[in-house]
Amino acid sequence: MLRRIFNRLLGGDERRVDSRTIYIGHRSCPASEAFIPPPKFCDNRIVSSKYTIWNFLPKNLFEQFRRIANFYFLIIFLVQVIVDTPTSPVTSGLPLFFVIIVTAIKQGYEDWLRHKADNEVNKYPVKVLEDGKPVDKDSEKIKVGDVVEVKENETFPCDLILLQSSRDDNTCFVTTASLDGESNHKTHYTVPDTEKDLDSLSATIECEQPQPDLYKFVGRMHIYKSNQEPAVRSLGPENLLLKGATLKNTQKILGVAVYTGMETKMALNYQGKSQKRSVVEKSINAFLLVYLCILLSKALVCTTLKYVFQNKPGQDEPWYNEKTQREKDTNLYLKMFTDFLSFMVLFNFIIPVSMYVTVEMQKFLGSFFIGWDKDFYDPEIKEGALVNTSDLNEELGQVEYVFTDKTGTLTQNNMEFIECCIDGFQYKYHDSSSELDGFGVTYGPMSKLQQKAGWEREELFLRALCLCHTVQVKESTEQPQGQEDGQKNQVDGSVLDGEVPSAPQEEKGFIASSPDEIALVKGAMRYGFTFMGLESKTMKILNKNDVEMYELLHVLNFDPVRRRMSVIVRTRSGDTLLFCKGADSSIFPRVKLEEVERIRMHVERSATEGYRTLCVAYKCLSAEEYEHADKGLKEARLALQDREEKLTAVYNQVETGMSLIGATAVEDRLQEEAAETMEALQGAGIKVWVLTGDKMETAKSTCYACRLFQRNTELLELTVRTLEERGRRREDRLHELLLEYHKKTVQDSPLAKTSWSVGNQDYGFIVDGASLTMVLNSSSDSNTSHYKNLFLQICQNCTAVLCCRMAPLQKAQIVKLVKNSKGSPITLSIGDGANDVSMILEAHVGIGIKGKEGRQAVRNSDYAIPKLKHLKKLLLAHGHLYYVRIAHLVQYFFYKNLCFILPQFLYQFFCGYSQQPLYDAAYLTMYNICFTSMPILAYSLLEQHIGMEVLLCNATLYSDIAKNAMLRWPPFIYWTLLGVYHGLLFFFGVRLLFGNLALPDNGQVFGNWSYGTIVFTVLVFTVTLKLALDTRHWTWINHFVIWGSLAFYVLFSLFWGGIIWPFLSQQRLYFVFANMLSSVSTWLVMILLVLLSLLPEILLPVLRKPRGPHARQKKMVESSEGGLQSPRSPARPLLMRTFSDESNTVI
Amino acid sequence: MVKEELSTENRPDNTAFTQQRLPAWQPILSAGIIIPGFVLIGLAFIGIGVALLVTSQSIQVMEIDYTGVDQGSPCFKCTDSTVSNCKCEIEFTIDKLFEGPVFFYYGLSNYFQNYRKYGASKDASQLSGDLDYFTSPATECDPYIKDNNDKPIVPCGSIANSMFNDSFVLSRLINGAKEVVPLDGKGISWWTDYNVKYRNPSITPLKNAFNGTVKPINWPRPAYELDTSDPANNGFINQDFLVWMRRAALPNFRKLYRRITEGNYADGLPAGDYSLEITYNYPVLSFDGRKKVVFSNVSWMGGKNEFLGIAYLVIGSLCVIMSIVMLIVYAKFKFPDED
Repeated sequence: MLRRIFNRLLGGDERRVDSRTIYIGHRSCPASEAFIPPPKFCDNRIVSSKYTIWNFLPKNLFEQFRRIANFYFLIIFLVQVIVDTPTSPVTSGLPLFFVIIVTAIKQGYEDWLRHKADNEVNKYPVKVLEDGKPVDKDSEKIKVGDVVEVKENETFPCDLILLQSSRDDNTCFVTTASLDGESNHKTHYTVPDTEKDLDSLSATIECEQPQPDLYKFVGRMHIYKSNQEPAVRSLGPENLLLKGATLKNTQKILGVAVYTGMETKMALNYQGKSQKRSVVEKSINAFLLVYLCILLSKALVCTTLKYVFQNKPGQDEPWYNEKTQREKDTNLYLKMFTDFLSFMVLFNFIIPVSMYVTVEMQKFLGSFFIGWDKDFYDPEIKEGALVNTSDLNEELGQVEYVFTDKTGTLTQNNMEFIECCIDGFQYKYHDSSSELDGFGVTYGPMSKLQQKAGWEREELFLRALCLCHTVQVKESTEQPQGQEDGQKNQVDGSVLDGEVPSAPQEEKGFIASSPDEIALVKGAMRYGFTFMGLESKTMKILNKNDVEMYELLHVLNFDPVRRRMSVIVRTRSGDTLLFCKGADSSIFPRVKLEEVERIRMHVERSATEGYRTLCVAYKCLSAEEYEHADKGLKEARLALQDREEKLTAVYNQVETGMSLIGATAVEDRLQEEAAETMEALQGAGIKVWVLTGDKMETAKSTCYACRLFQRNTELLELTVRTLEERGRRREDRLHELLLEYHKKTVQDSPLAKTSWSVGNQDYGFIVDGASLTMVLNSSSDSNTSHYKNLFLQICQNCTAVLCCRMAPLQKAQIVKLVKNSKGSPITLSIGDGANDVSMILEAHVGIGIKGKEGRQAVRNSDYAIPKLKHLKKLLLAHGHLYYVRIAHLVQYFFYKNLCFILPQFLYQFFCGYSQQPLYDAAYLTMYNICFTSMPILAYSLLEQHIGMEVLLCNATLYSDIAKNAMLRWPPFIYWTLLGVYHGLLFFFGVRLLFGNLALPDNGQVFGNWSYGTIVFTVLVFTVTLKLALDTRHWTWINHFVIWGSLAFYVLFSLFWGGIIWPFLSQQRLYFVFANMLSSVSTWLVMILLVLLSLLPEILLPVLRKPRGPHARQKKMVESSEGGLQSPRSPARPLLMRTFSDESNTVI
Repeated sequence: MVKEELSTENRPDNTAFTQQRLPAWQPILSAGIIIPGFVLIGLAFIGIGVALLVTSQSIQVMEIDYTGVDQGSPCFKCTDSTVSNCKCEIEFTIDKLFEGPVFFYYGLSNYFQNYRKYGASKDASQLSGDLDYFTSPATECDPYIKDNNDKPIVPCGSIANSMFNDSFVLSRLINGAKEVVPLDGKGISWWTDYNVKYRNPSITPLKNAFNGTVKPINWPRPAYELDTSDPANNGFINQDFLVWMRRAALPNFRKLYRRITEGNYADGLPAGDYSLEITYNYPVLSFDGRKKVVFSNVSWMGGKNEFLGIAYLVIGSLCVIMSIVMLIVYAKFKFPDED
């Protein structure tokens, strides 16, 4: 990193700097250009470790003490060491030391693992070409410009530009499973003209500086041949082999290293994600501040009172307690200051180190339960849930807004070709096996309506389906050796024979980045057009028995902005054809109007039925047109700057004036239990927003199917369609609509805020990307914030919001908008694809679905689950429990330390403010570490105040804890008052007892340590039993730790007081505990105080009874009855046909 | 780095623990449990309370302040610090038999034995008889480590130095004649203090162990001569010393001085007139302190303490009242379990 910056600084201002120049094989290029000495690039060493042996201690300690809490404890410790304080430094030093050591060991171990992994990668043997001969080297020795040889199934040691492949067609196959989880084989291409004779190749590569985007690469290669102008070739992501990817189906390749070590795209991508912090953590910090204030004011009060007290005659220095010479010499103000520090130290236990440790442990251990939950296990992908961060467990119980992607999340992304429409005639596929035979000749059986389009059009349509895609045929893996040949033979053979049984082909399988494409290719296959594969730029189609060959000239790639893709192919007869498929909105403007009308109806009908529609168009290119397009495309591809924009411009130019052939409808089935999940979420008071890039109609029907919109839901639309009505300016109409909807949802339903149940009209809000842009970026600034507010208010009053036609970035914008709105609600994003990553990262909690669109979403998420249906349990059961657990943990921790320290504070009033500790040092140290830590940890891991099943059945329970209900100020004040009450009771209760002359029946008297021990015993028993009262779910572990802790306390005290400890200078507690037990009065007072402390705790739940567990049981019965009444739910058809009730739509 | 996805069967374990389905007892504090529970607890508490109160009532306590603040009081003459070896006598009357065994305490008020620095000002190793610490006492003893001649003080420190040194002789006046009441000075300190925690150096005679050391500044006699009547009760295991060394928790405290268990007084102090002769050495007026003697007898609950009995009675009755209130509330609004 540093070196890079250094390089940049030194690398010369004149030559920097959007690109780097690489000399292939380190050969200087001939003549024409002056040889610029290659700048130093970083080596290929991967360093993911943070520490070395030498810097581990200082660096790790520095890192740890950067945490405010640790620093605070360090300060306290230092004060104890430097100043003469009441408690020994051990009391705070030991816990701090323990925490620091444990953390350091954990981090050290993790770093050791990283070192090991790094070494494995760095010492991996690779072959580097030197003078034409491969030489073995360690991976870390690779330099930029080296030519590296990689064999099949090896991973690339750095980012390489593919120069030569052992395959005939100058391609190689690669899987990026370890990078983004996409296990399909991706084709990469060699740079033209470099494939042979690498030894004599003299070329430079100019490419952009390293950047983390895995799918972007721009570069240019200059090839110098003797006596010729240097040839220039464009380089794109298809030429770049990424470090971490694996070579497949290719014997070996040669490539030149362009990015090495920490500059590879993989390394750049694994630099830490930004840390998300949970609301609970913020609450803890707020509470900490309060307690810090309490601490400071306590110390201040005591210091002041101390000097007031000492002003009384005779009390400054009574004869029995003479000051030492040093004390007499010390400056008064310095004395005051050290007194203040001493009081701070005495009371510092009010903010315990152990809380941080316990919270961390709770989060870390607690998160295992998600991974362990077998309900999250999906037998299909053989995986359960994945927890990427344990910091946000409790946030799952606080979600107010769920933003969900549609495709792959609400729906299965398991596409099935349903029907198509050619020239306005509908074709529906009925049965595959019976009608397959007769189908090449006549398409009769396929046609639902007996009318048909001409067979030429049909064939054209099917050819378009077969050609216009980027699907690959999965090569058989049966022959690991000589695979290439085998594959070729197979294909060749089939071509020669001209007859391939259909069954093996079905099995053959296709690989594509989008499941739509596979569905379409398979769809075409059913109609008799089988895509055979792409071989050296030639696409083969098996049309019944004939093989048709097309030369693939250009692929105009799909991107989410254009929402279409095209291919340009040349037929055998020499015609150049462009096939284009894409969303209707992006195709319709580019075809003839009269064709549109015939198709539009079908498209819209299919869309309302919840199908994904694509339109297919084609165009014959004349030779000139093609020349022009070819030139444009090549130029744009060579551009180093703004390549994307230039390409898009050329694409737009080429894809015009097409003629529409037809449309396809692909069904994307709903995820299992999608509707139930959504219903449960809404029942839990969570607002569900669907953010999708899909068409409004499709998305709307999915919403109906998921029961996000009910039949009586009134839909408010803010889309281009409604905006363009009545021929007015869009801006005016936007303003008008916003006001109208706002009136409807916010002003006219004042009830909506108080109760949303009875007779209230549900509203659903639909907005599309274009309208959203208008809302967010209105022409005038004053309007923007106004519109934003209106928009938000409308949204917040609707039960469900659908945002369609969203670009990935817009999704994140929406999330951000809601996240930063009033009350800063907790947001959750759930998605499965790369396009959801931005919103997953933006939301408070990001959830990835282990879906079919690769693993990027999972990689960037905080939690990953196999299916959408798991979200219900994750939020309603796990989230709810985690929140309750940690909230209770936090409150309990503050409480128990308040009532721990309060008696010590009160004691100062009785000991002349001399900072005399009430408790022995052992008790001070062990209180938080041993005596009271385990029960709360067990509680915070195991508590189920309401059973999981009940939580799942009654979604409304989720809203009970909404808005951080258990960590707001009222409960905090309640706990604080409880702590104060207990503290007062402990201290004064024992004080009244000590009014007695003698406690044991032998007339002897107790000293100050007995006093402290009695208070401490009452304290330990009370806080432990208080937790026992709060525990609603007693497993054997709870029993063990609660009773075990108490027993441990008693045994420890007996042991601690039972021995003269050789290493202690003062045997203060010797036999104090045992002596205490010998007094009946002490027993009685302890029982009394414990009971009196807990009395309010016992009474309170009784007085609150009416909505206690019985009501809950009743609810459960009701809900189970409800479940019986609606048996339709599980076995319902996946799409309800009754929903497209257009009349509900407000326009 | 890259998280390897396990391709093997990684189905989560189906155990009760991992699935959070451990068998659990789910107690619910319902009215059905709480009302009878409260009644029971309440009754038990009332019972204990009554027992405590009755016991406490039967315990006799007599306190006599002898500081001598008032000019009329017998010990006023001794409050002048210039007078040494001052003795004063207080007479008092016991109306009815003060049942034995009677415990004789001395009490100090506004005396902060729980000052932090005061409390730390002793050397535990020295007090456990370790001769190494006789020559160089611990620094905590400051300012009573060494005297002006740089000789180590044994026992060092403020606590030892400020040991209570008034002494008392109790006599019963029978027909004008004094009969000295025998006072038992054994067993007034904790058994463990006497036998384990504090040890004399194992050198006989004990005096030799203190060679080269000086007595605490305020002490009239060195540690090995604390009890002139009983040679075994000297050094660090002197009972009065041990009682003093156990610091009191609060600024108003009492410490056991003697027990009256012997002779005619084994059954208690009979009714009659008594005189208490006080050797007044200990100054307390400089810090507005008070001194007193207390006679008390004890029961199974220790000394007299009304608080405990009253508290038990109050809380016991509170529990009963609460349960009655709850019963009424629930009778009115029905038990939620039953509908």
